[in-house]
Amino acid sequence: MKHRSPAGEVVLLAAAITVPWLLQAAGEDYYIGFATRMAIFALAATSLNFIVGYGGMVAFGHAAFFGLGGYVVALLMEAGIASAWLSWPAAIAVATLSALAIGALSLRTRGVYFIMITLAFAQMIYYTVVSAAFAGGEDGLPLMQRSTLAPFDLADDATLYWIALALLAASLFALQRLAGSRYGRALAGLRQNETRMEALGYPVLRLKLVCFVIGAAVAGLAGALLANQNGMASPTQLYWTQSGMLLVMVILGGVGHRYGGVLGALALLGLEEALGRVTEHSHLYVGLALLAVVLFAPRGLAGLWKGTAR
Amino acid sequence: MAQLIFEQSLNGLQFGLMLFLLAAGLTLVFGIMDMINLSHGSLYMGGAYLGAAAAQASGSFLVGIAAAALGMAVIGILLELAVLRHLYRRDHLAQVLATFALILIANELVRMVWGPQPLMLNPPPALAGPVEVLGFSYPAYRLLIIAVGLAVAALLYGLVGHTRAGMWVRAGASNRAMAEALGVDVRRLFTGIFALGALLCGLAGVLLGPLLAVQVGMGENILILAFVVIVIGGIGSIRGALVGSLLVGMVDTLGRALLPSLLRTVASPEVAGQLGPALASIAIYLLMAGILIWRPAGLFPART
Amino acid sequence: MNPLLEVAGLKRHFGGLWATNGVDLTVEAGEIHALIGPNGAGKTTLVHLISGGLLPDEGRLRFAGTDIARRSMHERVALGITRSYQITQVFPQLPLLENVRLAVQARQHDFGSSFRFFRPASADFSLIEEAEEWLGRVGLAEQAHVHACDLSHGEQRALELAMALATRPRLLLLDEPLAGMGPEESAHMAGLIQSLKGEQTVLLVEHDMDVVFRLADRVSVLVAGRIVASGTPDAVRADPEVRRAYLGDEVQ
Repeated sequence: MKHRSPAGEVVLLAAAITVPWLLQAAGEDYYIGFATRMAIFALAATSLNFIVGYGGMVAFGHAAFFGLGGYVVALLMEAGIASAWLSWPAAIAVATLSALAIGALSLRTRGVYFIMITLAFAQMIYYTVVSAAFAGGEDGLPLMQRSTLAPFDLADDATLYWIALALLAASLFALQRLAGSRYGRALAGLRQNETRMEALGYPVLRLKLVCFVIGAAVAGLAGALLANQNGMASPTQLYWTQSGMLLVMVILGGVGHRYGGVLGALALLGLEEALGRVTEHSHLYVGLALLAVVLFAPRGLAGLWKGTAR
Repeated sequence: MAQLIFEQSLNGLQFGLMLFLLAAGLTLVFGIMDMINLSHGSLYMGGAYLGAAAAQASGSFLVGIAAAALGMAVIGILLELAVLRHLYRRDHLAQVLATFALILIANELVRMVWGPQPLMLNPPPALAGPVEVLGFSYPAYRLLIIAVGLAVAALLYGLVGHTRAGMWVRAGASNRAMAEALGVDVRRLFTGIFALGALLCGLAGVLLGPLLAVQVGMGENILILAFVVIVIGGIGSIRGALVGSLLVGMVDTLGRALLPSLLRTVASPEVAGQLGPALASIAIYLLMAGILIWRPAGLFPART
Repeated sequence: MNPLLEVAGLKRHFGGLWATNGVDLTVEAGEIHALIGPNGAGKTTLVHLISGGLLPDEGRLRFAGTDIARRSMHERVALGITRSYQITQVFPQLPLLENVRLAVQARQHDFGSSFRFFRPASADFSLIEEAEEWLGRVGLAEQAHVHACDLSHGEQRALELAMALATRPRLLLLDEPLAGMGPEESAHMAGLIQSLKGEQTVLLVEHDMDVVFRLADRVSVLVAGRIVASGTPDAVRADPEVRRAYLGDEVQ
């Protein structure tokens, strides 16, 4: 692992912090919400990239943890608990526990069967939530207000953005440390040769399960943030197309690249937004762009200007 | 009650056979090309739209069926040549990204041509009413679907099991390198399989059109069911796809029809009313997870 | 004294075929024990059964007094059984030092858990120093920062040996360590195995009879899933049943 100076990252982070002030100065307050969405999806895609790129497990059910995080916040708020200090950790806890159960069962299969069984579990959670009246069914659960996070005022759009950005930056930093840690090295070995890792005496299943659970926990946190941003927990956040969307972001950005999830989320949401302003058929062009990336930039956007730096 | 069970069993059979039309192509593409094709559901949607448009324009349901099946076969060939062929040697992630992109494109194209409103597709008037079967009354149109489904399943079974092309297909599913060594023209075989899969998708789309809404997004729901089917059956196995389809069709249909009332016998109406639909809609996923944990490569693994 | 490894009546079948059909075998601490036998005799299956890659259908498998028949592979490694593979298994895209470092890190008893998430592994100098020592032991110290995929076949086998040794096994299973090597590479590897003599217990599966009879303290002969003879190299060489069933003209 090469040691690089973090100067570039610090400059980027500083620039990201100034975004709300710039938008307010330009009178484009609407885009603060959009920037928040980007940060939240960057966090969610990064968490999936940890499972897919670092852990080598193609999971197709990430929406389950993303969506559950949102529902936990909404349900706790209905029960009168608005404090993010309680409800966000609860969102993480629920995502963690469901990932423990789903992962322990799913990791018995491999390859395409793993893809499909994670998808199946996510769909089970989707249908369970949709048919539960207390979770609002097809309509989802609206949040009466945003979570409170004393001493911060989350009702202020810029503050919510900064909190999301801070959590994203913290996760990226933790991820970087993780990649270089003993555990991260063990994951790297696992990606290259599972048989050898097992023969060296590593508890392969447990290593992978921990990776799966860490990714899910971060997704739960991202889900809690998204519910705050959207003002509701919605079933679409749990549906398989959401899992597909997150996976697309990861692949688009660069699988296993530290900033793959961030790049993918920024590119996809940015493209949708930009195209949405000029055509009502933006999805057509988004699809064509994705197709072009697969066919002409096989290592994702991050691979366009440098090799993957896991 | 007897009428309900009879009717729902036939509905389950009918749904299962339609799933088989989708799953057959999907499992071959998956098993032989080792390719995850998420856009398979879009072919089904395309068939429904083409069929509905052709039937409306010509006033004949038969023309609709022909347009859907043949139209989707042609589109399938074009798609294979232009895009999918370049993905066979790529990893599953690239395939997911590309075929997800195809879903976005297909949905938007349909919206551009036919607008966001669902299309209406009516069954042929002669089949609109119910008929008597074994003393029970059952919609004639659904009976026709069952007949067509059975015929196609038998045809496909014979094609794969007893012809030279079918032998290539089976050889390709169990060992691709071996098939190539035996001199099978793999490129043409793949195009052919894809065209066949697309044709079956189109057929399923137009046949189910009168029963379900012909709308954007219809492919996404059924795609996952088709994946569940082929994973249960064992990827690459036609027999597995048939067994899986019927299993999923029956469990899903009967579960939705019977579980809520069954639950009422053991739980309070309130609990049953909540739990019944939830259990019914996740039943097939429970089935799949259970089968995979029991047999991690499905019921009839094609690869040895 | 009890033997280190005790195999009794071990059976495993695939379909209708008994690949291992009642194997009795003991390996004493400190010896180099060679396992020979014609192709298809079930040597690799036996290695899988001992290392935990496969579970036996019947029979007893005791290691250092512990019943290990149902233990998973990583549990057996923790108890002290490490194997090498017939087909080289290394981490191709990692430098040699990292390959061996991962093997050292696997030893939880000495170095603590791999479930450490924050501190850079590159700051664990004890891991790195020991990895360097093992690389030196097999003659690869110079190439510590080369990727494993850039090594020759013989060097990769030596790397694999270093990784296996780095887990500090009480019993080392070597599955055809000389397979596919040229004469020079073979001589180097044979020298490495010889250097283990007296300090490392080894169960060696090998086809090269010269090497087997030169290095081994004891030899067992596996034919059709059963041990037909076991003893010193000279005794086995002289055993009439072995000569008839297996060695044939090779030793004459």
